[in-house]
Amino acid sequence: MSRYLVRRILLAIPTLLLISFVLFAILSLAPGDPLSQFAANPAVPPEVRENIRRALGLDQPWPIRYVKWLWSMMHGDWGFSFGSRVAVWDLIKLRIPSTLAVVGIAYVVALVLAIPIGILSAVKQYSMFDHVATTFAFMGFSVPTFFTGLLLIIVLSVKFQLLPFIYDSTLQVHDLSTLGAQIRQSIMPITVLALFQTAVLVRYTRASMLENLPQDYVRTARAKGLAESSVINRHVVRNSLIPVITLIALTAPTVFSGALITEQIFRVPGIGSLLITSIQNNDIPVIMAITFTFSILVVLFNLVADVLYGVLDPRIRYD
Amino acid sequence: MATTVTAQDIIRPATVSEAALRRPSRSLWSDAMRQFRRHHLAMLGVVVLVLLLVMTLLGPLVYRVPTDAIDYSAGLLGPSLQHPFGTDDLGRDLLARAMLGGRVSMAVGVVAVLIAITLGTLIGAIAGFFGGRIDSVLMRVTDLFLALPVLPFLLMVTYMFRDPLKKVFGPELGIFILIVAVIGALNWMPLARLVRASFLSVKQKEFVEAARCVGASDWRLMLSHILPNTLSAVIVAATVGVGSAIITESSLSFLGVGFPPDMPTWGRLLFDAQQYLDLAPHWAIFPGLMIFLAVLSINYIGDGLRDALDPRKTQ
Repeated sequence: MSRYLVRRILLAIPTLLLISFVLFAILSLAPGDPLSQFAANPAVPPEVRENIRRALGLDQPWPIRYVKWLWSMMHGDWGFSFGSRVAVWDLIKLRIPSTLAVVGIAYVVALVLAIPIGILSAVKQYSMFDHVATTFAFMGFSVPTFFTGLLLIIVLSVKFQLLPFIYDSTLQVHDLSTLGAQIRQSIMPITVLALFQTAVLVRYTRASMLENLPQDYVRTARAKGLAESSVINRHVVRNSLIPVITLIALTAPTVFSGALITEQIFRVPGIGSLLITSIQNNDIPVIMAITFTFSILVVLFNLVADVLYGVLDPRIRYD
Repeated sequence: MATTVTAQDIIRPATVSEAALRRPSRSLWSDAMRQFRRHHLAMLGVVVLVLLLVMTLLGPLVYRVPTDAIDYSAGLLGPSLQHPFGTDDLGRDLLARAMLGGRVSMAVGVVAVLIAITLGTLIGAIAGFFGGRIDSVLMRVTDLFLALPVLPFLLMVTYMFRDPLKKVFGPELGIFILIVAVIGALNWMPLARLVRASFLSVKQKEFVEAARCVGASDWRLMLSHILPNTLSAVIVAATVGVGSAIITESSLSFLGVGFPPDMPTWGRLLFDAQQYLDLAPHWAIFPGLMIFLAVLSINYIGDGLRDALDPRKTQ
């Protein structure tokens, strides 16, 4: 196991290096001038622009810039934003709490809902409950999150005026009424994300349960005279959740990118909206930092999923 | 005498009744068709999808309302007989725009999936068939692509490369090519793994060995002996892929980096509608419903195909 782990980590490093190289190359080779904001400004003379370019290190060829970027990144220096002259890490640090709060709570809600629904739906296959649950799950992942978001706004904010549809990031929680406001403004973004994630997980949990239910060990458990509830809870559910947990680990990073859209609908000032504004402003250091962070998350969670699978399922042996 | 077996007996053993012989021939595809027809929701999906296709492809021939006729006096009107889907802020008819946009959305879905399927099958087939070095290099590349954060990467590439492609191919075709290529290039990996796994197992089978003995070339082995065995996986992946490509395109357009306003794809219509949710909710609801219906019916068809093409489930 530990040898496998070491090998996987050693494999992850070149993958990440290669990804960072590809991302950097695309960003550097793409047309579009990071200084376009200055280019449009007639008050900035060409020689000043050249100086700025040199100050930002943009006069050097991109492979050299890549090596420099990599070197400083490994020392924890993510560079400075072209647009706002603020250290990239400080910019990201400001945005992480909103994203984590919305994504994290949505994920927890999805888990709490999806796993019991999936289990019950499989145990009572073809029942009324199963039909409703599978139909809901099917619709849930066929409807794009931006449409659910807009529908929620139309119904809850416009029609009934129950909830605010713009997320107010300046809101400070210091008493009950501001806490209430914070909860009210978080309901819709969390619902949108949780709905989608629940749908995916319900389907997966149900399928995994259905795969395990007809197996021999289940019959053995019943033949021993165990109560049905302990057959299901102690035998089937435990085994069925192994692939579900792996899926959760695998999809965790995609939830962050899915939050991109949700953040855009409700104007949540998270990482996603930072990425979109940076892309629109050609702010290469910020784009690079965020996309690379997402890549690290993907690789990391892939690793976690693999390791978890081995830990949870003793049938899997790594050599 | 009882032990001798005549040629007649072998051709027609006495135990087989005449009725059984007259049974219509059953092939894999007719079995699949029969199985598919039993899946009611998949059949409903086919009906809805055909209706949507007819509406977007043939609709504009019947419903001859211009998509870009600006009429400020008729702005933000709700659904009526004159404008079944209502109008937008400039008084343009939304049904006509949704039909035009539907063509683009569906075309993006289909073309992007064709690219992804071609890439995935090719890479998976080569890796699985030849194995060894080629296999490990191709699988490393696949892993690398799988580790890319898809949506941020899509956003980045689409935004950065839109201008040069616009210059070469014109504003509409340029964006179309860019979006289709990027979606296709980021969605082939799961299929490549699937095809590879299936090639690995099928190439060990006796019939492949037999074909090789007869002198079939590598390409012939791959194309006409092994590939048909992976076809059902490819078909299911392709079907579901169209749905997710439509969602991806709409997401890009919804985030404002997809198609320009004069190409009103469903996602673009939603992007424009965002500002007027209070005054004109119909503007968002109709295109959103179209996306939802298209993707839902495609997913149900994919589900039906998955059941129908799985020989273990055939009754």
